[in-house]
Amino acid sequence: MKPQAPRIRMPSIAKLGDVIQIKTKIRHPMETGWRKDGEGKSVPRNRITRFVCTFQHQGQNHEVISADYDSGVSADPYLVFYSKVIGAGTYTFEWQADGGNVYSTSVPMSVAELPSS
Amino acid sequence: MKSEIHIDSLEHYKLPRRQVLALGGAAFVTMAILGLTSSRSEASPLKTKERLAQLTHDAELQKGRVAITLPALTQDGARTRLKVEVDSPMSEDDYLKALHVLAERNTVPNVATYYFSPLSGKAEITTRIRVAKSQTIIVAAEMSDGSFYLAKARCNVARGAGGCG
Repeated sequence: MKPQAPRIRMPSIAKLGDVIQIKTKIRHPMETGWRKDGEGKSVPRNRITRFVCTFQHQGQNHEVISADYDSGVSADPYLVFYSKVIGAGTYTFEWQADGGNVYSTSVPMSVAELPSS
Repeated sequence: MKSEIHIDSLEHYKLPRRQVLALGGAAFVTMAILGLTSSRSEASPLKTKERLAQLTHDAELQKGRVAITLPALTQDGARTRLKVEVDSPMSEDDYLKALHVLAERNTVPNVATYYFSPLSGKAEITTRIRVAKSQTIIVAAEMSDGSFYLAKARCNVARGAGGCG
């Protein structure tokens, strides 16, 4: 099973100071290395060990959330979290897996104009 | 630890080198067998307690502020929905710093640690975890002022997480 393009579900536009919900999912077996296949051979360990979400705003990187994953995280890691909108910028999501594999994706965020009154 | 004892005995009794090596080898094999059997068995609540103490730097664990949403009974432990909410303003000087999730009867109790920042906006996550068998899931919340809050939730599993053991 090859990792699929990560899936992100979040608004692309928000008001300044809003707290938005971000849903992330990546296809990955999260193989613990303890399981045996049908022929009794060990299935080599293949896990995502770290997830990082950063927000790039005015040339600076801010960490929104990060996580260290151990064996107890289900296959196809799914994570819902929140972020405070501090301006327009780009959200970057990165999954670091065993064997130095890194999967990442970015989503731009724009800020809605305040109504003039 | 065992090999240290053998080094001592080497100095005191001047055992022949070959004999010392044999002793060392025997100790290694014994330790390997012990290690092998224990590594495949489930983590005990005691081990989980040790791990928790490590993660929380032996700090006092307070009650409250942490709410866990976990099914009381699940058909498939391999994908158990876990939601954790922490009562925190998530401001620049008062925010949730980290969440440590442990499953006391999984092969390895460590599930995951989540690190937050004031930019997280809301101290809440939803994810899916492996629950190998009916057990208690433990969540420790580390606040920015260094205090810890502990919450537990029971989850009964009809079918375990398979590969997770």
